[in-house]
Amino acid sequence: MSVGAPLPQDAAELHVRGSARYVDDIPVPPDCLHLAFGLAPVAAGRITGLDLAAARALPGVRAIWTAEDFPEMPDCSSSNADEPLLATGDIHYLGQPVFLVVADSHLTARRAARLGKVHVEERKPILTIEEALAADSRFEDGPRIWEFNDTAAALAAAPHRLSGRIEIGGQEHFYLEGQAALALPQEDGQMLVHSSTQHPTEIQHKVAHALHVPMSAVRVETRRMGGGFGGKESQGNPLAIACALTASRLGRPAKMRYDRDDDMQITGKRHDFRIAYEVGHDAEGRVLAVDFTQWTRCGWSMDLSLPVADRAMLHADNAYAIPAMRIESHRLRTNTQSATAFRGFGGPQGLLGIERVMDHVAAELGLDPLEVRQRNFYAEAPGEAVGLPRTPSEDISEVKRGAGTEVQVTPYHQPVTDFILHGLVGQLVETSDYHARRRAVAEWNAANPVLKKGLALTPVKFGISFTLTHLNQAGALVHVYQDGSILMNHGGTEMGQGLFQKVAQVAAARFGVSIDRVRITATDTGKVPNTSATAASSGSDLNGMAVQAACDQIRDRIAVLLAERHQARPEDVVFADDRVRVGGDEMSFEDAVALAYENRVSLSASGFYKTPEIEWDRIAGRGRPFYYFAYGAAVTEVVLDTLTGENRILRADILHDCGASLNPALDIGQIEGGYVQGAGWLTTEELVWDGSGRLRTHAPSTYKIPACSDRPPVFNVALWKCANRAATVYRSKAVGEPPLMLGVSAFLALSDAVASVRGDYPSLDAPATAERLLMAINR
Amino acid sequence: MSKMHLKLTVNGQAEELRVEPRELLIHVLREKLNITGPHIGCETSHCGACTVEMNGKSVKSCTVFAAQADGAEVTTIEGLSPLGEMNVLQNAFREHHGLQCGFCTPGMITRAHRLLQENPTPTAEEVRFGMAGNLCRCTGYQNIVKAILAAASEMNAAKEAAE
Repeated sequence: MSVGAPLPQDAAELHVRGSARYVDDIPVPPDCLHLAFGLAPVAAGRITGLDLAAARALPGVRAIWTAEDFPEMPDCSSSNADEPLLATGDIHYLGQPVFLVVADSHLTARRAARLGKVHVEERKPILTIEEALAADSRFEDGPRIWEFNDTAAALAAAPHRLSGRIEIGGQEHFYLEGQAALALPQEDGQMLVHSSTQHPTEIQHKVAHALHVPMSAVRVETRRMGGGFGGKESQGNPLAIACALTASRLGRPAKMRYDRDDDMQITGKRHDFRIAYEVGHDAEGRVLAVDFTQWTRCGWSMDLSLPVADRAMLHADNAYAIPAMRIESHRLRTNTQSATAFRGFGGPQGLLGIERVMDHVAAELGLDPLEVRQRNFYAEAPGEAVGLPRTPSEDISEVKRGAGTEVQVTPYHQPVTDFILHGLVGQLVETSDYHARRRAVAEWNAANPVLKKGLALTPVKFGISFTLTHLNQAGALVHVYQDGSILMNHGGTEMGQGLFQKVAQVAAARFGVSIDRVRITATDTGKVPNTSATAASSGSDLNGMAVQAACDQIRDRIAVLLAERHQARPEDVVFADDRVRVGGDEMSFEDAVALAYENRVSLSASGFYKTPEIEWDRIAGRGRPFYYFAYGAAVTEVVLDTLTGENRILRADILHDCGASLNPALDIGQIEGGYVQGAGWLTTEELVWDGSGRLRTHAPSTYKIPACSDRPPVFNVALWKCANRAATVYRSKAVGEPPLMLGVSAFLALSDAVASVRGDYPSLDAPATAERLLMAINR
Repeated sequence: MSKMHLKLTVNGQAEELRVEPRELLIHVLREKLNITGPHIGCETSHCGACTVEMNGKSVKSCTVFAAQADGAEVTTIEGLSPLGEMNVLQNAFREHHGLQCGFCTPGMITRAHRLLQENPTPTAEEVRFGMAGNLCRCTGYQNIVKAILAAASEMNAAKEAAE
């Protein structure tokens, strides 16, 4: 069966030949126009004038538009109508688009954009957490506060107390393909937009709004992205709107792509956080209460900051049953890029807060941090040791409910009924030889004065579902043609995660045919409407189920026809091995399909899915926001040069839970890539804004993502082979975001190495650059 | 700006065209010759998505003037499988899942092709450092290294069999 097979990605052959098309590779008509934004030179102020004469005079420039050219400025926001396409008087951040150049070529547009002068009456920008708090510059009326049991009382009663603080840097997505869009005007005011986006429906919605046309007049197509990571959930809106407006006004195709410096200066990044903690614990390291305060800089616009900050709160417990917890979350408005979605969506920052607490408690008590973590784990769900059935229909609800045992709840009152980290971590401890290596590291550190080693094991429990409950829906469209070929379309987008192939494997399995019969087509708002962003790791869960629903309708119609003709029951018609068997008879899938066509059976269906059992009140911080949890754990060993701060990851061991994987090869790829990206976030990837609000790290020359030479020389990755207890597609689990947080083990391994040369807990901030490590050693 | 005359060979095909002196090789390949396998990632020679071969060396075509390629032999990803069949490296990247979003893949394979010409029997460490100029944001590089090592051993086995 195709489900569970480690097949290469569907477009792998196109990629290795260089013939896979991205937006910038699509052939355009010769009259295509090219766009570039002119950017604000300061972080805050009022525009007093624009000097665009030199830019307009450049040969090849067709038009330059400013706020004055729009009676109503189009909005680009995904949430709050607070992102004008072009600055309308006030400047909110350095890099904000102020004017739009339309030219005959990409380079001419860029040259003209640099020639334009923006005159500004500067204001002092709000850049830091302190400045934002002093000015009460924030989103929502005040901090969001959730409390689970009486935290102050639990803290007061605790036999041991400690407190601390961690700074957590943001992260640039650095998708290799920058933001890009292409708009092609059609007849009767309609618009076709090709966009490198995770959210075609939102592009359609925002373009329709900007053009004052109904959504039905705009079609958005996305075949693939060259990486997304959350950075193409909302950040592609300005390009698509600018292209569509130009195409509509001038009646010519229009294309825009940011060059790398523009991309990094204009678009949002992962939210940086400061997290303070007040902890009560006992002498064995059991955490009795935590009071967290989370501050995050959201940048100039609301964007997706509220759900991001919510998810940071929702992961403040990570894998630990803590009897009392209070979380206070400040969402601060600053004169910087609009912090936005990034793989993990706030979860990683919240999770790092509690992992820091576990480490700190262990250091305080002189215990192995692993022991402290295990003592605080949620209770293991029963039934796991024997493994679970993999068939989608089998009823495992009794096991899922953990009949007879007391169920613990998270600080937001969701029962934890699928916890597997006792078993998973136990296995990883063995396969990674954790205890022997812990001793070896101590011996090495005792014997070597300069190079110090560090080791850390950290777990992940990540909640799966959009926390905005209505987003948990998906649609699909499946056609079977009379020659037996199958065309599949759904609302999910392909950004390299292998979604298209995993869902195609589901389709092939439902019809019992080989995968090469299934044609995967570009995501298209004209085929499947009202889709959610491909985000929250939900792509396969949602779209896999929607495609399954569509396939099953067609298959069942064929089965009814064949059953009638053979005096059999429809449920006894078997689709397998590209054949259809009914009664004693057997025919090829093509023949069955041809027969259905001749008998006027509809061979097309749309499928729909909505995630069951979820409900959530984000103001109260109470409910069941997640359908289930995905789990994993990683052990990282590092070596640190204590004279320079230079360091290397020596070895990483990962055991990760994908349920019954739809495609283990693609899932392992997500895990490896997620770990490396997470480790990059917390080690070498540093965003630096200067005192004027200028992002100083706006190119790969100054912003260091992991390179091939940074890859751990020993890198063991395995899947935890148990089915999902929730009834997901073939009992698989989401895998996009959870592995990113495995990178936390690299950060805490570095902290462990620093601790070996200090008497006290190092309280390392992230990212742990060589410079910061050296400062922590010498502090 | 006055244009200049440029003659070069791309993927075995002789090309003659007029370019501006400051035009970059990547723009000529993509926009004038419609060769879109090499991609534009950073335009500052850091990411390697635009890697091509010029006169038997890996170059980042976003920081090579087209004028510098006058008279040169240039090979892009499209030139690695001129007869239609995927070559050993291309096949290894596919089989060993050495790609995700695929945007870095053409540059990555073009660089790996040259690496294996320079060093037909690399160690994992030599691959890691030999490929350090080509960034991938998706895979974590594990499967890229695996694919290159697999291709190297397959090419060496084929060579031995032929001898």
